Parts: sequence; C-alpha cells; structure tokens
Amino acid sequence: MPLLNPKPFESDTRADWCPGCGDFGVLAALKDALQKSGRQPHEVVVVSGIGCSSNLPGYIRTYGFHGLHGRPVPVAVGIKNANPKLLVIATAGDGDEYGIGFNHVVHAARRNDDIKLIVMNNEIYGLTTGQLSPTSKLGQKTKTSPDGSIIYPLKPLPTILGAGGTFIARTFSGDPKHMSWVIQEAIKHRGFALVDAISPCVTWHNIYDEVKKLFYRLEDRGYKPDDENEAYKAMNAQDGIPIGIFYRREDKQSFQERLAEINGGRWAADNVKSLGSEIAQSLVQEML
Amino acid sequence: MLMTGNMAAAWGARLGRADYIPAYPITPQTEIIETIAKWVRLGEMDAKLVQMESEHSMLTAAGAASLAGARVFTATSSQGLLYALEMLYNISGWRAPMMLINVARALAAPITLEPDHNDVLAARDTGFLQFHAETCQEVLDLILLAYRVAEDSSVLLPAIVNLDGFYLSFTREKVTLPSEQDVSTFLPDYNPPNPFRANMPVSKGATVLNGALYSYFKYHMHTSSIRALSVFEEAALQFERIFGRSYSPVEPYMMDDAEFVIVISNSFSTIAKQAVRRLRERGFPAGLLKLRMLRPFPSSLVARYLSARRGVAVFDQNISLGSGGIIYPEVVASLYHRRNRPQLLLPVIGGLGGKQITVEEMEKIFEAIKNEIGAESPDPIFLMRQEELETTKNMVRTAKEVQI
Repeated sequence: MPLLNPKPFESDTRADWCPGCGDFGVLAALKDALQKSGRQPHEVVVVSGIGCSSNLPGYIRTYGFHGLHGRPVPVAVGIKNANPKLLVIATAGDGDEYGIGFNHVVHAARRNDDIKLIVMNNEIYGLTTGQLSPTSKLGQKTKTSPDGSIIYPLKPLPTILGAGGTFIARTFSGDPKHMSWVIQEAIKHRGFALVDAISPCVTWHNIYDEVKKLFYRLEDRGYKPDDENEAYKAMNAQDGIPIGIFYRREDKQSFQERLAEINGGRWAADNVKSLGSEIAQSLVQEML
Repeated sequence: MLMTGNMAAAWGARLGRADYIPAYPITPQTEIIETIAKWVRLGEMDAKLVQMESEHSMLTAAGAASLAGARVFTATSSQGLLYALEMLYNISGWRAPMMLINVARALAAPITLEPDHNDVLAARDTGFLQFHAETCQEVLDLILLAYRVAEDSSVLLPAIVNLDGFYLSFTREKVTLPSEQDVSTFLPDYNPPNPFRANMPVSKGATVLNGALYSYFKYHMHTSSIRALSVFEEAALQFERIFGRSYSPVEPYMMDDAEFVIVISNSFSTIAKQAVRRLRERGFPAGLLKLRMLRPFPSSLVARYLSARRGVAVFDQNISLGSGGIIYPEVVASLYHRRNRPQLLLPVIGGLGGKQITVEEMEKIFEAIKNEIGAESPDPIFLMRQEELETTKNMVRTAKEVQI
C-alpha cells in the first residue's frame, strides 16, 4: 500500500515527547526529507540508542531498531555492511553520540561509512531528567552540576571534520524547512553524514529563544562548503549560531564502495531469499 | 525520616564520608547522584562529585581513586553495570575497596526499566562483595557495613550493595539515620594499606603472564572474599551494639519449626514474608530464608538453616538462559553433602523485568513445595498469573495486527 499512501512515512504511533519538544520538528523534517528524496519505507532503516530522541524509530514508518545507549552508529554500520542497498539513518541525542558512543562516530567518519547520523542536540540529558551532557555549556546549571558546569563543552563538528568527515551540517528544529533540506542533502551524500540538529529540551534546558535569536543560515551569506579551513572557521563562528552545511566533499569513496571493490559487490543480504509468491501468500493468510 | 531507597543510598555515601563520587546518570539510579550533587553544593557533604562520559570511565576512575587512597562511592544500574563489567574484574584485582550501588533493572533486549537481578548477578564472579537489600533502612546500613568489610585489611575487596529499582529505589520508607559520631566510631576513616605516597612509589595493576602467578592471585582474592563472611559477622556485632539493628549474612524468618521454606532475596522478600505469616495463621509450617550476602556465598549458613527441612523452594528473580535460576544451583551445592538435606529443592523463577508477584503466588509456591515432595525431578516453576498471560497474549496479537 505504500505506493498509494500520500504520507508513506507517517506512523500510527503518536510521539510521547513533552509538548514543544524540538524532537517533533526533527521527526517531521525526517519524514518530509525521506518523502522528497523519493524513498519508500521498505528501503529505509532508522536506528537509535537510548534517550528521549532515541524513541524516534517508533514514530516513523520504516524499518526500525531501538538499540543500546551510545551504539546507534555500530548498529547502523552493521546493517549497512550486510545490505548496502538500504538507506540507514541513525537518530540519537548528544548523550549517545557525543558522549558515551562518540568514539564510534569518529571512526564511522574516518571510514566514511555510508550512513546518515542525525544528532538531536539539546545540551542536556533529557530522559534521565536534566544532567550534564557533553555539549552542556560552561557554567550551565544541571542536576549534576548545581554550581554550573566546569567542563568545556565538546565541539563535535570540528572534531568530526578532523576525523575525516565528508558531510558535516547543523540545523535547527525551529527552522523546519532548513532541517528537511539539510537531511535531504545528507541522504544524497556519498558516505558518512553528520547532521547536528539543535533540538531544544523545553523541560530541562530550554534554549529555543536563545537559538532563535542567534542562528543564521550559512547559505544566506553565500557560504560554500567546499573548503576544510573555511569550514573550521565557520564552525568556530563567534557571531551567532550558524546553521547549514559546513563541509561536503563527494570525491571520497564510501567504505561500502571500497568494500565492494574487494568483495566483488557481493553482500551478505544477497543470500536472503526474496519473498516467493507462495511464502507471501502464506504470510498474508497467517496475518489475516 | 521517610526516604526512598535511592535517598538511603545517598545517605550511605554521606554518613560513610565518601571523598569522591564519579557519576553517570541512568534510570532508576539517577536520584542518588543528584542528591549527592545537591549536598556537595550546599556544603553538607565534603566530597567531589564528577560526572563522567560513561559508566566505563566512571568505574575506572572510581577504582583508581580508591587505589590512590580515597573513599569512593558510585552508583549505576543494569546496562551501566554491564558496560563497566570489565573494570569490575580489574578493580577487585587492584584490591581497591570502593563502593558501588546497583539499582537493579532488567537487561535489554527487550528494553525495560523495571528490576530483576540479571544485572547484579552478572557481577557475581568479579570479586566484588555483594549485599542485597530488602528495605530502605537496609540499604543505608549495608553500605556502612560493606565499607567496613571491604576496607578490612584481611579482605580489601570492592563491594556492591544492590537495591531493586522502582520497588525500593522510589519507595519511601521510615529510615533511622545514625549520628555522624556513631558512624565514625563504627567506620573510621579509610586508611589504605598501600596508597600512592611520594616516599613510597608503587606500581599497581601489574602484568603476570604466568599461569601459576595468576592462579596465586586469584586464589588469594578468593580466600579474602570467603574471609569477608566472618569479618561481616564480627562487624555486625559491633553495628548492633552501636545502632541497635542486627544483620547476619542470611536472615531467617519464622524458621524455628518451619518444614517448608522459601529462599529469596531483595524486595520481594517482603511479599514472601506476608505469605509466610498468612500460611502460619492457617497452621501451615512455612518459613523463609533471606539471602542478604550473595558474595561471598554464605554456604555454611544456608546449609545450617535448610538442613532437616522437608522442602525448599529457591526463588530466583533472574534467569541464566538455557540453565535456569542462578541462585538455585548455589543453594543445591551448599546442601549436597548434608545427610539430612531437604527431600525437595524446587527451582522457581519469577519477577523478571519487575513482573509483580502477589502474596497468593508466593502461597502457591509453598503449596507446590508440599505437593512436589517425592517427585523425581520437580519441574521448575516459571511464575505467570493467568490474567497476565492473557494480557500478554493480547498484546502480542495486537502488535501482529498493527504490523499489517
């Protein structure tokens, strides 16, 4: 039925995030981007870790995988290496991807694994109700830093650029069209894409107003994402919060492309028998 | 004072005068580290709390700080404990007597938040001493006792105090807080035997690459762990003198003339005790043996209390897939060489993923013990109420329909 469905990625399950949560914007943008990129639900896998944002695969009509805290990237890489025909998108929060599992992000960038990583960054641990996150600001008061954080926040974008990342972008759930566009570009990208999605937590660390005041679109300023040094400069901008594609290069083969040269384009999933009509009939019977 | 199990654990750190608390949030433990963070900020606790980037680094920092001479306290749950598991073996091998609170929560997959003991029992072979609490008061008291035992120069092993997520972590109970003075008498400052000192450089965490040497160290750790039992009993005597509460590695409940006994640990003990009382009112000779110390395993006490009973059920709130309950074979092994061992040792598995157990179910276990006596090999009981089974089947059916 997906072919006839005007909204193929719409799920019956209602997201139970707090009203006003930035993650609603990310979910809407992802569904929009997938539809505009012409994908069908059966061609897409959305994987996640643990956290508020990691509930996302349950709210979108694709294959889904709710994994372990910090491990969406290795889960995504495993799926991609078994069946590279699938579009594999990892969605998780800053706790997962910039903290406990950040090493995986660094190495996926280094390998240029053909997966798309959307990090819903809210500078706080939301699900456990408000502790220090790797992107919490200096001086930020949280339940585990009641005097204000004394730890410098991680700068994930320049770190991933240094690791060899080939598509590095930031977007904001307060700018849904921009977010959908960035995700569409990430999907088109050949290799690893990191999308840092500023997605404020309205309950424990509401930065909506702050970001709304400070953000600007890089593309509005004629920025071209083709120069590594310029990208570093843009990422370290002091004049506000730039959103857009900081860096992109399409001339680097993805890990899966290189692997195909060695394995002759044969993949584990090739052994999976496609559904014969008899099996399909019996499945339909069973479900009726 | 009314407080949750998590609060009681935080009080254990405070009254135990922990110096250093590396932390990482995880449900249902987070309240512990948040409470300590607040106290440190208010100046009510003289300690350093540092949030790390994962449980693995948290436990590593904890063990290392303990080696360096600090009294260390930290807390985790479930996946966090398993993520840090390799460090647990290291920390005990370092002989670093730190304190780890585990707020029990079942392991993924499937993902859940509610408790069983597969998390904490995954740590049973690590060398950490293990104490399991039934009440909020016990959480606090066991932390003080466990520090005392862990830091004893004849033991020098780290300790885990376990409390059940939700059932105990978020349940408020009356807790008597001992005075700081009394606690310092019972638990003096930690005096590490081989700290890092400028005038005495030592290297820790050595490589041996020699089977005999490795075996020697493991045997030494094993005997130290076994010794923890008598050290605990001695400390408990002083604890009782000072605080008026008595703790033994196992707690017998209505055991004097009991013929049918359930062996259990943690928060469901309370429900099982209620079943014992109700059965007693009906003239049924029920009894209960609560395991408070899981490592070292108090085999001699288990054997002493269970010998000459007619039948015993071992309630495991955990499952070693492909084998059965984890505690069951340990109880069986404790009794094997007793000539007057019970006629029946019935394995029961229940409460996985926090599944509620009712008093009626506990009573059924006792009935089953009585009925199964004489059976050649009793079938293990896997507790599930009829209405639970129906609801579960409905949910599975619905999930199938939604898929289409």
